[in-house]
Amino acid sequence: MSKKFWSSLIAILLLSAVVLTACGGAAPESPAEEAAPAEEESMEMEDAQVEVFSWWTGGGEAAGLDAMIEVFGAEYTDVEFVNAAVAGGAGTNARAVLASRLQAGDPPDSWQGHAGQELIGTYVVGGQIEALNDLYDAEGWVDVMPETLIPLISHEGNIYSVPVNIHRANVMWYNPTVLSDNGVEVPATMDEWFAAMDTLQAAGVTPLALGEQWTQLHLLETVLLGSLGSDAYDGLWDGSTDWASAEVTAALDDFAKVLTYTNSDAASLSWQDASQLVVNGDAAFNVMGDWAAGYYIELELTAMEDYGWAPTPGSVGVFQFLSDSFTLAVGAPHPEGAEAWLKVAGSKAGQEAFNPVKGSICARTDCDPSLFGEYLQSAMEDWGSNTVSGSLTHGVVANDSWKSEIDTALGLFVAGQDVAGFQDALVAACASSGPCK
Amino acid sequence: MLKNLKLQKKHGLYIPLIGMAIFYLLPMYVMLATGFKSFAEVDLKTMWNLPQGIAFDNYIEAYAKLAPSLWSSAKMVVPAALISSMLGSLNGFILAKWKFKGADIIFPLILFGMFIPYQSILIPFVQFMNAVGLTGIPGLIIAHVIYGIPITTLTFRNYYASLPQELLEAAKIDGADMLGIYRHILLPISMPSFVVVLIWQFTSAWNDFLFAVILTSNTDWPVTVALNNMAGSQIISWNVQMAGSLLAALPTLLVYILLGRYFLRGLLAGSLKG
Amino acid sequence: MNKNKDRYLSIILISPSILAVLIFVYGFIGWSIRVSLSDWKGLNPNYTWAGSKNYLALFSDPRFHVDIRNTLIFTGVFVIGSIVLGFILAVMLDQGLKGEGIFRSIFLFPMAISYIVTGVVWRWLMNPAEGSRMSGLNLLFDSLNLDFLVNRWHTTPIWGMAAIAIAAIWQMSGYTMALYLAGLRAIPHELREAARIDGASEFQIYRRIILPLLTPISLSALIILGHMSLKVFDLIIAIAGKQLPLDVPAIYMWQTTFDGLFYSRGAAIGILLLISVAVLIIPYIRYTLKAED
Repeated sequence: MSKKFWSSLIAILLLSAVVLTACGGAAPESPAEEAAPAEEESMEMEDAQVEVFSWWTGGGEAAGLDAMIEVFGAEYTDVEFVNAAVAGGAGTNARAVLASRLQAGDPPDSWQGHAGQELIGTYVVGGQIEALNDLYDAEGWVDVMPETLIPLISHEGNIYSVPVNIHRANVMWYNPTVLSDNGVEVPATMDEWFAAMDTLQAAGVTPLALGEQWTQLHLLETVLLGSLGSDAYDGLWDGSTDWASAEVTAALDDFAKVLTYTNSDAASLSWQDASQLVVNGDAAFNVMGDWAAGYYIELELTAMEDYGWAPTPGSVGVFQFLSDSFTLAVGAPHPEGAEAWLKVAGSKAGQEAFNPVKGSICARTDCDPSLFGEYLQSAMEDWGSNTVSGSLTHGVVANDSWKSEIDTALGLFVAGQDVAGFQDALVAACASSGPCK
Repeated sequence: MLKNLKLQKKHGLYIPLIGMAIFYLLPMYVMLATGFKSFAEVDLKTMWNLPQGIAFDNYIEAYAKLAPSLWSSAKMVVPAALISSMLGSLNGFILAKWKFKGADIIFPLILFGMFIPYQSILIPFVQFMNAVGLTGIPGLIIAHVIYGIPITTLTFRNYYASLPQELLEAAKIDGADMLGIYRHILLPISMPSFVVVLIWQFTSAWNDFLFAVILTSNTDWPVTVALNNMAGSQIISWNVQMAGSLLAALPTLLVYILLGRYFLRGLLAGSLKG
Repeated sequence: MNKNKDRYLSIILISPSILAVLIFVYGFIGWSIRVSLSDWKGLNPNYTWAGSKNYLALFSDPRFHVDIRNTLIFTGVFVIGSIVLGFILAVMLDQGLKGEGIFRSIFLFPMAISYIVTGVVWRWLMNPAEGSRMSGLNLLFDSLNLDFLVNRWHTTPIWGMAAIAIAAIWQMSGYTMALYLAGLRAIPHELREAARIDGASEFQIYRRIILPLLTPISLSALIILGHMSLKVFDLIIAIAGKQLPLDVPAIYMWQTTFDGLFYSRGAAIGILLLISVAVLIIPYIRYTLKAED
């Protein structure tokens, strides 16, 4: 063989040697560290642990989870917390893994899920999570959470999860300078909104910043809410509003019209890119959940100067929420540990540790407002006083199958702009995966 | 005269070649430049601008976040590459030089495994691996070894098939048995194929995302998954993300720079004619 | 005696591999087929026999039609683009220029990187924003006065898939270049010299002599790239996310199975993908194995 070959081979061997020694070096350390305290402590507390499954793996979410774990550790010193977080895609991958673990009869003790139908339609119907009514009674949670929230996270009179945080979906962000330069007031109704956007478009400003497909679904749910009103919107999800009705047609026409005011490159923008268009002055409005406030804070922008917010047009007085919540698995290997975790997740201390870091508000109405920034304080006020409706995109009002059928119908609509076909597909989706028969 | 003209013509080729090289390097430039920018400096509009300063903060931050998963990847990739190469060499030897009845059916069956879309086995794969508890790094190693068998077997079989039969016959006359022939005659001259297969398995296991995302959790993510997760599901720091991307690509790039020639052959091994 | 022992030994040594492939490839395919013929929707497995229902539903599913169209566009652009570009690069590099090694490395290096990594960068490069927000390649074209090249990339209606294929060509054309370069090097020099002496032009030499000799390589490239394009998944996800205009069967399969819990439909898509790959691959494997004998 050539010289070059042998030198290359040596290089490869060296490389793998480095890698192997590094692994070898690292390996003995960790078991030693773990083994020592385990032996000391727990002769009788052998099972004192809890495995909690989530998709909070990065950013403020993971930091918030860590803060809550700290609270848990301080309170339950003898329970080991196993953080089973799985990657990616707003929980898509995590849910795939969770589903397979549940199918294999190996559930984690507790897992994260969007409160509402995402949990109910999948796990309650699948017989995988326990009702928590007793825990709610014992901890007095019903009294500290908004009355209108409870039915949305219940199924046949039972409550199945503990919400730790609340985000608001129906927020319209705007650029105050762009609005005042064009003499536009912040719109409160759909008609005012259309008028404002006509003015802006005539002035050469992109009226509404929009991003990739899930942000379009997010926009759709807020337009449905704004156009139908909260009663008819809620009725869509329990079967009392007919998807084939004229008012839904009108709402979908509104949605089609709203799309005409958006940037042409929506499909290529993340929600952050779209949010940035507003603060850069490239667009006037953006509809996005209130995690956008966290993004603006990270960009070191000033509230009400660089950006402003209002409920999406037509939804003043309605708080369209989404919430991350935790469950108790049927057949949980460590039910006591799981219950301890849920108590922390529902407690004032736990929620006050988690939410300021994550950039959301407490599901409880009694958290200390001084822990939160300007936007979140206003959201807390609304959360305590508004009518509560649920978000579609974020799992509250429709089960996973239904939501994915609606998402497909939306995608086809955006590509083809056929309102009648869109409505037909929505009717079919409700019949195949929702409550419509 | 003619020769001169030809030479000039040849030099003219540098223009399209350099043009193409720029096209191939553009994404690399963006990755590098963005990796050196601060969070506030990152904006789509100014993506072609050079960073205002050369700071390694993003790389340090990205490394801090990715270090555990870089080790996870290493712990997974090295055994996966070694085991599947050994298996491939053994299988290739048997299929090329020690044909048994039915080998002509078995080989194409193994070969076809190289081409299957993973979507067609994904649901059973997820169910099976969880049901038998083969998750985490061990599960990932097994997955890469098994789905690597077709290509490693093919590479070694083609190589061994090209060796003259006399080599074996002579050894047989000397009384060597099958394992003896494999160990003393074929293995020593198999190094080039081993390098090729190791590189191939190394890069494909290192770059894999689908299996990793299904089988691992946050204590043992390989680097592709960690990179994807670094963003969280909400705010993305593109500068750190780009720095992290470069770190994640570094080991394969290094293998590729050090062993370019064999990397090339590794790629060719992916084609049946390899 | 000895021979028999070796025969058993060889079978014993190879059987773990065969067993593994039988279970993990063929067993799982069988299992997927069974799921695709069931009524499984939701978390808990449900193997109620549903016959060909899922397949029939897919054939009339508008989303699946979009997927097929997208796959055809992607495959066409990607395969032809990679083969043509790879061939041109290989011919240029085959002229014995100085610095050949450097160019070869540059053209090949994208292959070493994961789609997840490169997709992020391409997402930026192919930003279709207009006017003052122009960025990426469009901005570059604009500032170089190449305005006619400015376009909407992957957000172009119907043909957006072709833009994704460009990123894939970037990543894979180095591979076809390597294939062709290996092929060109294997063609004896005398053949070209003889043709030259006969008065053939360079173009004629490539057209009449070299291309036909490279046919097996073109065929390999066609098959390898073709089957890759049927599986494309991470690249699209990294560039464009999961969006309907750029939907392909692999993404539909993932979404409908794990987001929508339509397990039986997901399995049916997987099996249809497998069938299309098999149609391409099986004749090729037969052809190659026959050519060996």
